[in-house]
Amino acid sequence: MAKILVLAEHSGESVKKVTLELLTLARRFGEPSVVWLGPGAEAGRERLAEYGAATVYAADGEGLADYVITPAVGVLADLVSEVSPGAVLLAATGDGKEIAGRLAVRTGSGVLTDVVGLTPGEDGSGPVAEQSIFGGAITVRSRVRTGTPIIAVRPNSTTPEPAPAAGELRQIAAQSPEQSLAARITDRVVQERGERPDLTEASIVVSGGRGVNGTENFTRYIEPLADALGAAVGASRAVTDAGWYPHQFQVGQTGKTVSPQLYVAVGISGAIQHRAGMQTSKTIMVINKDPEAPIFELADFGVVGDLFTVVPQLVEEIGRRKES
Amino acid sequence: MNIVVCVKQVPDTWAERTLRPADSCLDRASVDGVINELDEYAIEEGLLQAEAHDGEVTILSMGPQKAAESIRKALSMGADKAVHLVDDGLAGSDALGTSLALSTVLARIGFDLVILGAEATDARMGVLPAMLAERLRVPQLSLARKVEIDGNTVTVHRLTEYGYDQVVASLPAVVSVVEKINEPRYPSFKGIMAAKKKPVETLSLADAGIDPAQVGLGAAATEVLSFAKRPPRQAGTIVKDEGDGGSKAAEFLAAQKFI
Repeated sequence: MAKILVLAEHSGESVKKVTLELLTLARRFGEPSVVWLGPGAEAGRERLAEYGAATVYAADGEGLADYVITPAVGVLADLVSEVSPGAVLLAATGDGKEIAGRLAVRTGSGVLTDVVGLTPGEDGSGPVAEQSIFGGAITVRSRVRTGTPIIAVRPNSTTPEPAPAAGELRQIAAQSPEQSLAARITDRVVQERGERPDLTEASIVVSGGRGVNGTENFTRYIEPLADALGAAVGASRAVTDAGWYPHQFQVGQTGKTVSPQLYVAVGISGAIQHRAGMQTSKTIMVINKDPEAPIFELADFGVVGDLFTVVPQLVEEIGRRKES
Repeated sequence: MNIVVCVKQVPDTWAERTLRPADSCLDRASVDGVINELDEYAIEEGLLQAEAHDGEVTILSMGPQKAAESIRKALSMGADKAVHLVDDGLAGSDALGTSLALSTVLARIGFDLVILGAEATDARMGVLPAMLAERLRVPQLSLARKVEIDGNTVTVHRLTEYGYDQVVASLPAVVSVVEKINEPRYPSFKGIMAAKKKPVETLSLADAGIDPAQVGLGAAATEVLSFAKRPPRQAGTIVKDEGDGGSKAAEFLAAQKFI
């Protein structure tokens, strides 16, 4: 059975949920094997095995994390030529997509990104990917027909299911890039906003728009609602342009694309640019004072009202229901 | 300094975008073409860096004849000259073919710095900057929200999941930009008039030395099997807040088992 390589997303020793999702998808096409870059593979191995990893290839080395994506490309390219996998699966994050692109060039393979579903082809010809394009208006089924299918899958595209496997740990070599080709990371600036789930991975996202009107109101209205729901916070482009919330939380065409179980849009009118980033959310709730706001077209449930009174009442009600 | 800005003409995001039933390619003919939004930031950054470092800005665009409008607009913003790679044989190229074509032209015209938008609004793959760096064998400084050049050294602030990284590399390099980097200028009347006289070199596949067997729909390493319009979402329940909007929202969330 062909191996399916899965590039692990992890924060230190902690395996990100999207990796378990990729393992769940990988099992449909062959024997899942995880590629782990950096320290922590020993500790992460158990969880990966629980979700079906037969092998965990661990590449660690001095300065590996100090370069923009190229070490990951090198490790994956070596493994592609060594084990001839049936496919390589990565998370469709900024880094994941760039790694996928370079790996495609290096191995002469086709690459598909932002995949939201993956099924075996009817004629056994490898994975068929489902993508949602043009702001969610059109669903496309496509496949790779040259080389090793390299597929970047959006977080939350499937539910992780355990399927215990050996999870055998194998150390492999990783090389630092040639200095003249290197893009070296000399500083990391963390602009976290509290202990909240990752925006792209979160099963609930609460986003604020222009109507929230200011940084203080994000702290006073949006963040408490997110915390009451155990959600990540998102923001519309108007908000990040105005500097009310950091850029990495932007949802939309030029920001993150999310597809959580629940998306709560607060004070967001719903321009096409924003909808492109959240339209595939399973359930959408809207709070906006303008009944004509286009975001209501997407709402499973909408409240036409002033967010400054509706949100505090909602937060209080969630708290009350939790206690009882 | 020789700066090349890659510009893609894309269908206007506000228009209804579709695929052609015959070949599942983007229908470019039926909608207005505009400069890909993030590429406007790339042009602006190219102009700013050229102003600061005594450079010259060349626009490079691959696309049908119609893309000439977008090239002219980029020139009217202040770029010095342009190269338009246009050939029917390029139609339907995937990311692999597009990156091959663009990198071949880039290697031919030479550069100290290549700047492009981090992704295009039509395909939204966001892989091309990385693929160009790979093919050109130069450093990749992607997702930049700030670019500083000092001599032969480029430093960028690269957007990450948690904030940003400071990343350093030496020229020549490929830089991709996000929209927080600057505020693109509008073409002035003078700029628009001047753009009419600026040189635009048109290259075919043969002119550029690109093997036609490596690009276009036939060579694409990926294929679309089928596509369909997404069914419209079912109309939801909309309530007007009568002092109980928050409670009603909580009821909905409870009924859906979110709380």
